[in-house]
Amino acid sequence: MSDTVLSVRDLVVEIPTRHAVLRPVDKVSYDIRKGEILGVVGESGAGKSMTGNAVIGLLDRPARITGGEIHLNGQRIDNLSTSQMRRVRGKEIGMVFQDPLTSLNPLIPIGDQLSETMLEHLDITRTEARERAVAALEEVGIPAARERIDSYPHEFSGGMRQRVVIALALCAEPSLVIADEPTTALDVSVQAQIIALLKRLCRERGTAVMLVTHDMGVIAEAADRVAVMYAGRLAELGPVRQVLTAPRHPYTDGLMGSTPLASKGQARLRQIPGAMPRLGSLPPGCAFHPRCPKVQDKCREDPGPTLDTCDGRAACWFPILTEATA
Amino acid sequence: MNALVRVTGLTRIFDVSKPFLNRVIERLPKALLTAVSDVSFEIPERQVYALVGESGSGKSTIGKMVVGLLRPSDGVVEIEGVDLASETDPAKIEKVRSDIQMIFQDPFASLNPRWKVRDIIAEPVAARGGDTKGLAEKLLEQVGLSAEDAGKFPHEFSGGQRQRICIARALASEPRLIVCDEPTSALDVSVQAQVLNLMSDLKDEFGLTYLFISHDLTVVQHMADTIGVLYLGRLVEEAAPDDLFDDPKHPYSQMLLAAAPKMDGFGREVDPPKGEIPDPINPPPGCAFHPRCPIAVDRCKRERPELRKLRGARVACHRAE
Repeated sequence: MSDTVLSVRDLVVEIPTRHAVLRPVDKVSYDIRKGEILGVVGESGAGKSMTGNAVIGLLDRPARITGGEIHLNGQRIDNLSTSQMRRVRGKEIGMVFQDPLTSLNPLIPIGDQLSETMLEHLDITRTEARERAVAALEEVGIPAARERIDSYPHEFSGGMRQRVVIALALCAEPSLVIADEPTTALDVSVQAQIIALLKRLCRERGTAVMLVTHDMGVIAEAADRVAVMYAGRLAELGPVRQVLTAPRHPYTDGLMGSTPLASKGQARLRQIPGAMPRLGSLPPGCAFHPRCPKVQDKCREDPGPTLDTCDGRAACWFPILTEATA
Repeated sequence: MNALVRVTGLTRIFDVSKPFLNRVIERLPKALLTAVSDVSFEIPERQVYALVGESGSGKSTIGKMVVGLLRPSDGVVEIEGVDLASETDPAKIEKVRSDIQMIFQDPFASLNPRWKVRDIIAEPVAARGGDTKGLAEKLLEQVGLSAEDAGKFPHEFSGGQRQRICIARALASEPRLIVCDEPTSALDVSVQAQVLNLMSDLKDEFGLTYLFISHDLTVVQHMADTIGVLYLGRLVEEAAPDDLFDDPKHPYSQMLLAAAPKMDGFGREVDPPKGEIPDPINPPPGCAFHPRCPIAVDRCKRERPELRKLRGARVACHRAE
């Protein structure tokens, strides 16, 4: 498809350790189209952030990509050299991290940080860059942007800082933005502001977004499609409404059921027994089988199911099929 | 019903001025931050009272004053009718103190990494010279871990398991009141469900009373019998969960509920709330919410609203009806 911005195929990330080689991302494949928001959910350690970092080429050593391909706008980017990747990062892919304070340099005024990014990637003069920085700040809703352009990050509140980071991610007009838990450090009312802003900007510019979060509510409101990750693998991938209201993978089902909202009016929350296995001691077969309520022999023995080997939406041998979805 | 905790006119002011010499040289006035301002509520025995609010709303400060970790600047906290700040009878103080325990947010920071789990859990009893034989093992099984875990160190456990250890420690001295400060904020959703279920079970089993502090509306809705909504250190609304979620009366509660993400809000276009929490050093006069309030009138800028009864709830707003 021509409007596919990001295409990830069978991505494998490995971390060699003294005892074994760990696979925090195991054969993950997905596409993001122009103007689409793909939500990536999962619990800590499921490999959500690691997938995002692999795409943008910011894996911390010794983690490295050992398999699969990443294509951005048709160009393969997983095998680029460091200097080639620098040109892609910022220009083609913007990044919004969780903590806005650590992603801004505290010693440089925000206006200079914005124009530095634009001067690096766009063919414009210093004056133009400054004008564009003011415009970018106005667009993300910072009041009196012209007066505040020479302020330092500490002079802004948490929500305002995250707006600056979004302006920074979007200032070189990238085709893809990776937002890694962009609202986790923020309060509910500010979170609503930031999500609304992200949605509006991406719709206006047709930017593709990979939204990594653990908050199901944020996913429901912001994402078009959602990918559920478990122990480094994709458990389920599909349109957000279908995945959230009629999950096919037992893990998605358990995850949805354990949110307090879903159990409204019940005395007890539904819970998934046990905890996610450590990467060093993944069970054979389906990684979810020790906690799965529907486990059968095939799940314990056969190699782990993937989206391709199953029904294309849930990586499960025995997906939950309700009458409405079957 | 008999109130286990009675908080009256609770106020806490922090001095956040610059050091004396800077104040003199730079001619700055003293800066006083009012974290909690005239908050009153009661918690009946065996009930869960939840405080919700955004960061800086004073929820943790209230929690710390209830357990006695901070002294109130003004107002009184009475537990079982005893005010810990003014009580002079040591026997009474000792009795009340052993009835209060606290569970903190971060299970990684609240367990001593050099102590074995057995010692951590037994400490509240050992510190008072009680008998701790077999206590840790018994409590570990009650919170869903195994007795053998008593010999391990905290680093051998996951976040959810550590929070279970914190709960076991809180139960050791057989308290009546447990103050839970964001007990599940650091946990994943499925682990959060396990811990919340455990807390509900223990409440029924031991007849506990919880003061539950959280910023997560969905968790609070599930756990609480009564919810108090805080804004800038003031209690703006107090209601039962169903009343609050179906019919929020204070404009701030309405804004907060509208902003919270909904699981069924597919593609919902929210009109995001305007503005941010004001600076608590210079709070707005009158009602603290008036600069952001859609229905504010002149009176709101001058006069601070008192909590008044309204359809089974208490609300501090001139305009609510």
